[in-house]
Amino acid sequence: MIVAERKPLEQISSMIESNNKILIVGCGECVTVCSAGRKKEVEILASALNMVRSKEGKPVEIRQETLERQCDGEYLEQLRGFIGEYEVVISMACGAGVQFMAEKYKNSLVLPALNTKFIGVTEEQGVWSERCHACGDCKLHLTGGVCPIARCSKSLLNGPCGGSANGKCEISPDLVCGWQLIIERLSDLGQLEKYEEIIPINNWSTNRDGGPRKVVREDLRL
Amino acid sequence: MKSESKLEQILTKGEFAVTSECGPPRGADAEVIRKKGELLKGFVDGVNVTDNQTSVVRMSSISSCVILKGLGLNPIMQMVTRDRNRIAIQSDILGAAALGINNILCLTGDHQKFGDHASAKNVFDMDSIQLVQTVKLMRDEGKFLGGEELKGSPKMFIGAAENPFADPFEIRVPRLAKKVAAGVDFIQTQCIYNLPKFEKWMKLVRDRGLHERVHILGGVTPFKSVGMANYMKKSVPGMDVPDELIERMKAAPKEKKAEEGINICIETIQRLREIEGIHGVHVMAIEWEEMVSEIVKRAGLFPRPHIEG
Repeated sequence: MIVAERKPLEQISSMIESNNKILIVGCGECVTVCSAGRKKEVEILASALNMVRSKEGKPVEIRQETLERQCDGEYLEQLRGFIGEYEVVISMACGAGVQFMAEKYKNSLVLPALNTKFIGVTEEQGVWSERCHACGDCKLHLTGGVCPIARCSKSLLNGPCGGSANGKCEISPDLVCGWQLIIERLSDLGQLEKYEEIIPINNWSTNRDGGPRKVVREDLRL
Repeated sequence: MKSESKLEQILTKGEFAVTSECGPPRGADAEVIRKKGELLKGFVDGVNVTDNQTSVVRMSSISSCVILKGLGLNPIMQMVTRDRNRIAIQSDILGAAALGINNILCLTGDHQKFGDHASAKNVFDMDSIQLVQTVKLMRDEGKFLGGEELKGSPKMFIGAAENPFADPFEIRVPRLAKKVAAGVDFIQTQCIYNLPKFEKWMKLVRDRGLHERVHILGGVTPFKSVGMANYMKKSVPGMDVPDELIERMKAAPKEKKAEEGINICIETIQRLREIEGIHGVHVMAIEWEEMVSEIVKRAGLFPRPHIEG
């Protein structure tokens, strides 16, 4: 899933300091799973903003909505009837949702309430961590199912670097060395000989380095 | 000869090589480099010039190399893959070769988190092994990574670093094998303090015949003080300092701590010279360049062989 985290209240509050009619829109997909932008977070943000503004003596009118998802035009359409009545829309979706809403409603000012962090997993209750950089050319078959691009701090394809000590990355004693994980996995799978194959210099054009990306499936187009 | 490097000539003749290191200044004063260079001149066969080490901004490695070259030293340009993509890397290799630099040490580089610009964007378009491949491709096949032919190959002697003490130990020799397969000519190791562990690594290196395919220079760094020894043990990732060396530094009289550090260093060099497959020593006297001449002399490695050109 895409993991996100809410911006500090002060930042969100300063974005809307001159506005009095606000629509807050949550998203029912990834940011619901990582508890950043589901219905409950919409309620929490609305009541926090209400409190801030009441204290300042500038009460604000807030409407709350939560869509199935914001990365799909079909669901965004549900706002059509009333979005124009609000001075600003605070989207509690990932960066894709915020932008798609702004694209669909050209006259509405759409603001982000979240910082979109990464593609990751729920490690345990309340802990999420990164697994994929969406590089566009998956190499997990070469590295025992552990991604060197996402899990090594330097995205080295032929690691580990000299900074790996006691299985930890040089940048933090709390961070496991991605190449340590790769080597352990290859070893467990009886594939350690794979380590000695040099992975050639990468083609980053499938990554964002090739410009904004697009997937077109002709067989599915209408 | 693959390159126009004096270091290659010395190693090819079977001489025990000595290299050292010189960190560029945090400013534009060329005099700092010249002073360090003068301290090393005549005592070493090559001088590594670091490339923004520990991610702290300094004068560029290329320009510092050119200054040292002007003094008659043989600079080894360190290049990290942290700050440049393949376009800049290949361009700088050509430029360095055109300026008479004929040794390169291919490194990944410390993460920018360590430095004075922790909010910088890193590059890591390639890793150190791929950088070795890149220089070799340019030198031996006269080609760019993109496949086009280049005119005027950079005749560089290709080096890399290896840390026999980093984790996991079981891949430390396979990792060297990858660098050899990539085409590295010489290796400088991380500082060696734990000699039994190093000897174990070298045995595994010899078992695979890698010592016949690459020149390995053992890295040494003298302790200046007990504090430095402790710092190296506890705070430098991938450094293996046995307690007995710390105890030796502690036991030395106050005014003789530095001397004891030099003694340990010289003893290490003597032990390294006995190990089959060790073709030289890399003396990293960190901000203590004035001690290199004494270490080289006392280790019986002076005078250095004379190479024409």
